[in-house]
Amino acid sequence: MTWTRSPGPGSGRARTTVAAVQGLAVVLTAVSLGSTVWKGVEEPGTALAFGVLIAVGELARWGAPGGDREPAPLGSAGALAYALLGETAGQATHHGALQVVAVCVAAALVGSVPHLALGHGPSADHMARRVLTVAFAAVCFQPLYNQGRLGAWLGDGAAYALLLVGLLVLTALCDAVLAAAMAHARTGWPFGPLLRDELRAMIGIGSAVCATGAVIALAVAVAGLWALPVFCLPLLLTQLAFRRYAAVRTTYRQTITSLARATEIAGYTPQGHALRVAALSRAVGRELGLSEPDLTVLEYAALMHDIGQLSLVDPVADGATAALPAQEQRRIALLGGAVVRQTGVDAEVAVVVERQADPYREQPLTARIVRTANAYDEMARGEGPQGPLTALERLRLATGRDYQPDVVESLARVVSRGGVTLPPAG
Amino acid sequence: MRTVPPVALCYVLCAAGGALACLAPAAGPATPWPAVGLLAVLYTGCEHAGQCRVIGRRVPQGMGTFFPVLLAGAFLLPPAAAALVAVPGALFARTDRRPAGLRRVWRAAQLALATWAAARVHGALGGTAAVSAPHSPYALVPAGAAVLVFCATLALLDGGILATAERVPLRAAWRGLFPRALGPVAVHGLAGLMMAVLWRSPYGPFAALLVLLPMYISCWVFAQYHRERAAHQETIRALVQAVDIKDGYTRGHSERVGQASMMIARELGMAEERAEVLRFAGILHDVGKLGVPTRLLRKDGPLTPEERRIIELHPEYGHEMVRGIGFLGEARAAILHHHERMDGSGYPYGLTGAQIPEFARVVAVADAFDAMTSTRSYSRARPVDVALAELSRCAGAQFDPQMVGALVRALGRHGWHPAVTADEAAAQVPWPRAARRAASR
Repeated sequence: MTWTRSPGPGSGRARTTVAAVQGLAVVLTAVSLGSTVWKGVEEPGTALAFGVLIAVGELARWGAPGGDREPAPLGSAGALAYALLGETAGQATHHGALQVVAVCVAAALVGSVPHLALGHGPSADHMARRVLTVAFAAVCFQPLYNQGRLGAWLGDGAAYALLLVGLLVLTALCDAVLAAAMAHARTGWPFGPLLRDELRAMIGIGSAVCATGAVIALAVAVAGLWALPVFCLPLLLTQLAFRRYAAVRTTYRQTITSLARATEIAGYTPQGHALRVAALSRAVGRELGLSEPDLTVLEYAALMHDIGQLSLVDPVADGATAALPAQEQRRIALLGGAVVRQTGVDAEVAVVVERQADPYREQPLTARIVRTANAYDEMARGEGPQGPLTALERLRLATGRDYQPDVVESLARVVSRGGVTLPPAG
Repeated sequence: MRTVPPVALCYVLCAAGGALACLAPAAGPATPWPAVGLLAVLYTGCEHAGQCRVIGRRVPQGMGTFFPVLLAGAFLLPPAAAALVAVPGALFARTDRRPAGLRRVWRAAQLALATWAAARVHGALGGTAAVSAPHSPYALVPAGAAVLVFCATLALLDGGILATAERVPLRAAWRGLFPRALGPVAVHGLAGLMMAVLWRSPYGPFAALLVLLPMYISCWVFAQYHRERAAHQETIRALVQAVDIKDGYTRGHSERVGQASMMIARELGMAEERAEVLRFAGILHDVGKLGVPTRLLRKDGPLTPEERRIIELHPEYGHEMVRGIGFLGEARAAILHHHERMDGSGYPYGLTGAQIPEFARVVAVADAFDAMTSTRSYSRARPVDVALAELSRCAGAQFDPQMVGALVRALGRHGWHPAVTADEAAAQVPWPRAARRAASR
């Protein structure tokens, strides 16, 4: 789901951060390409082999640009392996950090030509991050290796492998910080939770990429270049697994959204209500620093929060449950929770749905957010241009019992930034 | 497998005896015990990772067997020692089905035999030297042969246990076992080769462990994928149950329409993926009834024209609901048009003949067939042949004769066994009732 926000107060600084990162990447690329062309390529066979691997990995990228954290895992693993390559089949290599960057960028560009032709090439942020992380790994490793110091310090055994893994962990951390900083600059969401989400994702595909990078670097050192295609296969399997998982998650989300539309079509709730509440809840959850799994729970619960009304014989007028007596609200919430439990969704979602009518001190945070967003959407509707302000005022007046003050203030910030734009339907 | 047939017991004991014979040479001085111990611990750990709470908050169940360690053992160790690697992990693995003890012994024996055979072949082709000095792709040849033998042994033994314990005919038991297993085992075999090469290299066993990480993660993600898919199917089921109950039909109408649509699709020779989508079209065809007031759907007696008009909106409601579900594809058109008639007198658009989407013509026939053969509040169930005769009578004017013919042929061949499955009988409480109970708590 994509979010577009109107530029917030920090947009000037944001633009500087993004421009600085991208500028650095562009300068680095230009310098390394220039230097490589000037001095010629060391060990062209090895460079070509890794270049082909990276290009193929880029070709096999998946998903919409920016939609995934690691859209081209094979390309990334190949680039990291080339950055950390010290030997091929027992012969020492001599390529420097600048050549690594040049080969990786050139190969990635070649590999993304078909994607660019189809109009969905890699995003500039992503490319910039890729260049900087590969450069980081190469600068840490190649000069030390080429001067022969690594061999003198560590010898050629397990310590060397450990060093590679340590360097990769460091590189991954840098990448996560960079990604979180860019996301923070672009969206204005708090940095801490963004970094936490990046690190959490790192444990999944990120660690597979790093491990494969280390394995390729070591295996090529032992066996030679023939190992390259063979040893990428497990990572391809991982990529396939992630892709199928992503596909089924998308389908699942679509089905839940359809279930949510059932109440709208049945006339229990107004058009687009569930989607608006889901979008608002997610934005408020972001603002309050919830993690990605919690945001998913929040979104599903917000989509299905009115589902209990399907069990009612007569619709509530305009679906405005926030105006009903508390007892009635709680009854509908319990009906909804029972329905959600039948759908096989995570039990946490059912809890949020059935607790949404309780006073906020008895609720989990996710339920507080859904309740506040739901009430806001119901109150703000149909009051003309003054609707949002009136609704926020009424929410603030009810913070004694029903709505948590922090959540209401966070909602106010989200709304003041121009709210949220809905993703296009279908 | 409640009571184990004596033949199966005998078969398992023979396998265990064979495995012991293979393991016996490991007692000799040639066994590198540290390596065997490390690999055995690793394999046991991988098999148990599913239960471990430390690795992940929610590690899903059913990750399948983890072969790379076993194959790495086969590439690194003498045959008897390699077979030994499999034993502790298989003996301590968790089994959900009874009899657990016998299943564990069987699994251990089977894996020990397969690993032994693989190690034997690998050694005979000079694999040990190739792994130690892997400067040419020749290392792939013994490894590939070992993978083939490993997979064939597993398939052979599996087929045997199916034949003896479940009394499946031997030929049927073996059919497809080998080709189905070969793909995954080949990938695991490459990972095993990678482990073995790195293990023998100066970088040592630590570097070999790195290979397992991507393999483990992909197994983990696949397991999550299966869990998520199951949850998705559960959600669709809930949606469908809601419709059936609201409508007051006998339960399972939607499922049965899905089943009949699938039969017609197979008879028409549709590709398996399209047939699957058509099944969903059948299952979800009435989902729009969620949008129609319950009072109207359950009304006894004749409907006023106004009420009829509201009920006839349900295809459009349904289409509106599932519009955003990408994978339904053609099924969405079927949901919109399943009440069109060939002569143009149907709704919502009054399309005629070939203007009606193919899927909609199939679902219309399946829907009418199940409506006639199941008991409704307003009519008793009719026998299948009477219903088919009625369908044939209306073919041309109301139904597409091609679809009716396909249904007649399919039923003639396979009969009609509506899926009133065990889980339907042991059904969860239908949701309004469950909901009412929850609300009165």
